[in-house]
Amino acid sequence: MSVVKKVSAESNTTAPWISASQITPWILAIVFLLILPLIFTSGSALTIMNQMAITIIFALAYNMLLGQGGMLSFGHAVYMGIGGFFCVHLMNMIEYDNLWLPLPFLPLFGGLFGLISAMFIGSFSTSRAGTVFAMISLGVGELIAASSIIVVAFFGGEEGIGGDRTMGPSTFGLDFASQIEVYYLTATWLVISALAMFLFSRTPIGRIANAVRDNEERAEFLGYSQRNVRFISFCASGFFAGIAGGLFAINYEILTEENLNLATSGSILLITFLGGVGFFVGPIIGAIVFTLLQTVLSLYTEIWQLYLGTLFVLTVMFFPFGLTGLIAIHLQPYKLGKISILFRPYLHMVVPAVVCVLSLSSLLEIAFHAKHAAIGEEQMSLFGIGFNSHSFLPWMIVIVLSIGSGWMIRRIAPGLNESWDEANYVEPRV
Amino acid sequence: MSKIKGMILGTIMTGLLGGVAYAADSVKIAFIDPLSGPVATTGTNGLAEWKFAAEKLVNEQGGVLGGRKFEIVAFDNKISPKESLIQLQVAIDQGIRFVAQGNSSGVANALTSAIKKHNKRNPDKRVLFLNYSAVDPALTNDKCNFWHFRFDANADIKMDALTDILAKDDGIKNVYIIGQDYSFGKAVAAAAVRNIGKKMPNAKVVGNELHPIGKVKDFTPYARKIMASKADAVITGNWGSDMVGLGKAIIQAGYKGPIFTYYAASNGITKTFGAEGKGVIRLVAEGAINPPASARTSDYINGFEAKYPDHDISQARIANAAEMLAKAIDKAGSTDVIKVAYALEGMEHNSIWGGKVKMRASDHQAIQNVHIQAHTDENITHALDNSAYGLVKENTVVNAAMDSPTTCKMKRP
Amino acid sequence: MELFFVNILDGLVTGLLLFMLCSGLTLIFSMMGVLNFAHASFYMLGAYFAYKISTYTGFWPGLVIAPVLVGIAGALVERYGLRRVHQYGHVPELIFTFGLALLIEEVVQFFFGKNQMAYDEPHILDFTAFTIAGNAFPAYKVFMIFMAMAVFLVLLYILTRTRVGMIIQAALSYPNTVQNLGHNVPLVFMGVFGVGTALAGLAGVIAGPVLGTFPGMAAVLGSIVFVTIVIGGLGSLWGALVASLLIGWLQTFAASYNIVIGDVLMSIGFSKPVNIDDGAFRDLWTLTVSQIGPILPFLLMVLVLAIRPQGLFGKRET
Repeated sequence: MSVVKKVSAESNTTAPWISASQITPWILAIVFLLILPLIFTSGSALTIMNQMAITIIFALAYNMLLGQGGMLSFGHAVYMGIGGFFCVHLMNMIEYDNLWLPLPFLPLFGGLFGLISAMFIGSFSTSRAGTVFAMISLGVGELIAASSIIVVAFFGGEEGIGGDRTMGPSTFGLDFASQIEVYYLTATWLVISALAMFLFSRTPIGRIANAVRDNEERAEFLGYSQRNVRFISFCASGFFAGIAGGLFAINYEILTEENLNLATSGSILLITFLGGVGFFVGPIIGAIVFTLLQTVLSLYTEIWQLYLGTLFVLTVMFFPFGLTGLIAIHLQPYKLGKISILFRPYLHMVVPAVVCVLSLSSLLEIAFHAKHAAIGEEQMSLFGIGFNSHSFLPWMIVIVLSIGSGWMIRRIAPGLNESWDEANYVEPRV
Repeated sequence: MSKIKGMILGTIMTGLLGGVAYAADSVKIAFIDPLSGPVATTGTNGLAEWKFAAEKLVNEQGGVLGGRKFEIVAFDNKISPKESLIQLQVAIDQGIRFVAQGNSSGVANALTSAIKKHNKRNPDKRVLFLNYSAVDPALTNDKCNFWHFRFDANADIKMDALTDILAKDDGIKNVYIIGQDYSFGKAVAAAAVRNIGKKMPNAKVVGNELHPIGKVKDFTPYARKIMASKADAVITGNWGSDMVGLGKAIIQAGYKGPIFTYYAASNGITKTFGAEGKGVIRLVAEGAINPPASARTSDYINGFEAKYPDHDISQARIANAAEMLAKAIDKAGSTDVIKVAYALEGMEHNSIWGGKVKMRASDHQAIQNVHIQAHTDENITHALDNSAYGLVKENTVVNAAMDSPTTCKMKRP
Repeated sequence: MELFFVNILDGLVTGLLLFMLCSGLTLIFSMMGVLNFAHASFYMLGAYFAYKISTYTGFWPGLVIAPVLVGIAGALVERYGLRRVHQYGHVPELIFTFGLALLIEEVVQFFFGKNQMAYDEPHILDFTAFTIAGNAFPAYKVFMIFMAMAVFLVLLYILTRTRVGMIIQAALSYPNTVQNLGHNVPLVFMGVFGVGTALAGLAGVIAGPVLGTFPGMAAVLGSIVFVTIVIGGLGSLWGALVASLLIGWLQTFAASYNIVIGDVLMSIGFSKPVNIDDGAFRDLWTLTVSQIGPILPFLLMVLVLAIRPQGLFGKRET
């Protein structure tokens, strides 16, 4: 758990509950969310942004467990899924049973159902931390995912449960048929839930969750029941996951077995970790990067999962604090006013690093094409350059490029390390 | 600051989503199926068949509307309904109006209801759904809509044809039904029980069970039950590794009778069964490739095998779908989705696999010949999986289930 | 009654196969505290390597070579990957193996394609060993039983009777003390990881022809291996064996008998609702035990953890 410890020490120092410097990023974020659809107008861009927003809420909720509470869950999709399934059922009740419920409030009910199921399961799963909690979450996740196919009445079997979001009473004259209306609804819920989760982490209970994560026994001696603290974190996390489920129901108008299964639970773990567990913004960055990789990269290459797997393994090996951690380690040189020392070595590194990544991936792509493309289809194109994947020259070029750039990186690396140490060096006070 | 950043990002995003530039006047078909992950094998095989059918049967014949070519654009849906809906949106943004999908009835169901809603909400960007493999009967019954066309024979039709053949065999007294526990497996089981009860008064169903999909490691206990039931015939809708696992377990338990399957061929399955499966494995499907219906059929298969040696013609209806879409576009005189849909309704087509295919207007279900084929290494003109084994036609039901009822109430625009 | 005996044998095969996977995993888990999510992927590698080797030389050389290759791959992963990640803590380690599982599956597909592999039993074992009331028992399964038994006995001997075993056992509980005594603990870790993955590879070689060799084979096995070692108790070889057999028989018997949950409910006094088709619990009434067989181990695990968190044979809680 050393990842998490380091950061919590830093966040514990703030004395005022909230300050102006903390409000600014929120206002910037809201403005950013407002103008985003003016830049990306296409339907697919809106769909992808909605997907990102849902994943962000889900990942933030997940990080309430992993980052703040130190609880590793392998079955968190369950709470998002159950919230979502209930929302689709509510949507159908709006359509067929004259239930009066304006659509914008639907995610709240998703949250409540997520909360109820988290209370139920948390009542026995949170009694212990560590491996026992992790394995119970795995077992419960597997049980519910399996029952989703069996219990057709509620989960709809393999086909899932579908609905129509436009059948409710119109709210502010909106019927939510168009993507853009759904976007603003999703964005609103994103801001509300992100803010609520942020504030939760500042409450005493959020702080105690950190304490329990770092040292159960010490927290227990201070008079806090570690079990209750974990239970409350777990329920809160289930609530926000349920909100994400409700938004999923509104966006896709269908929930299926995939919303509950282990693959979804596993990917939210990866997303949160990729972004950075120890930071509030970590899961946000993770969700954005992951969605782009999964949805956009797969348009370009069949072996996108190979890249994804490589990215995860390399991230864990070299940046265990996640992508946000990569940014955060630059705060120290920045505060010391020495960040400029890093500019030159970074600039030197950029070209070989980019060339190395591109040439290695080209090598994979060419090899894949040569091995799996149809007979007679020897032409392929990479980065807009067309060539024959079976001929000698392209192979030669990418191999030379990757070896060359790799050699360059090795040569530059010691210099970069030196500059890094220099930039982080704090002069001893005399 | 954030605005400039946003604009840069915007340009990048638009560039990313815009994808590769396509020939301006081609007719694009979005192929949305799994191309990665554990079940990608049927997806990549289907993609190869679509590409080849578009090339050989449409583009080399002069294209549609006086020279416009078909172009298959692949989208990887990771067999996830959610991803399918995202990719559908990306496809629509790229100006694609025809969507082909086949793997998983769950995905097909998500797509067909999404397309129905999309077409209602966006009349200027309507989309047509060419379902080439998802066989859940509900898609052309309760859940049917004007934009969905199914080119495969659905699970009920296949079972109807299979039991027509079984009813002629007096030796079959005990039938065992086993399948995966989800909508398709249940549909197969229900259809089997219904048809056997109706057509085979002397036979009885000695076992009818479902097992969890993709979770059973060892099928031996199921095979033991089948042996204990003294079954003369086994019927299963299993696919993928569940099919191989079940089939091998049954054979190794000492079973000698026929196993009637929907999907026990290609993608390595034929090769894996090899000699063990001979005389046991049967398959009910449209479009038999052995013996080939004509020289044209043979040429087509040989051409495919030469170009895609790792793949097989395992989903013959893809050729029908490509040809019928081309015909419909020519008949409609445009790629306007409504006109093309009306042209497809009721269309009769001489299939490259022999026989006629008729797209029934009442539910958009293709009516065609359905065959019982045997897994063997004798009289094989076109083998599967680069092995000596393949499928040979044993029996044919002409225009299977032509007059079968449908609960579909088609709403036309 | 004959069928009961056949089921015992079938369950034994499944259980022992599971044990081969779990024995390595439980050692790795208790020593390094890491849930190796890629363990089933090494099983997959074993099957694919053995298939490739068998296309050149037949089955038998693959039985030896493939596990060795997998073991070397595992040792390399430990040396250059896990050891680096180890210092960051358990969660990063776990994510590492998670990513590794993804990566291995993709790399295998990159080289072998996406089709089912026609990996078959050796011809010499392709006959029926004996028949019980019309139920054939293939010779290959007898071979599987003996292989798994041999693995268990060898492991037991090494762990309890040899010097290496003593060091491993000591390093499990007190790595620092063992290090201070002059033993190379990182090397022990690497060795254990290599041997553990090699055992998974061996399981793959043996199970590949029976359970199928295909891209999803690691996913099918999935998390069941963790369930087994958690039920058995971490670090306990005997626990792994007992839990494996328990799960093997549980799954076999669940699949063998069509007990309908509705009947069970009625026999304990519930009455069946009249209009069953509309009720929210309609699926519960028609459910059979064979339908839920594969998820029973998870239920068992949740129960075991709720009652006895250290597992059946575990000595300490983690």
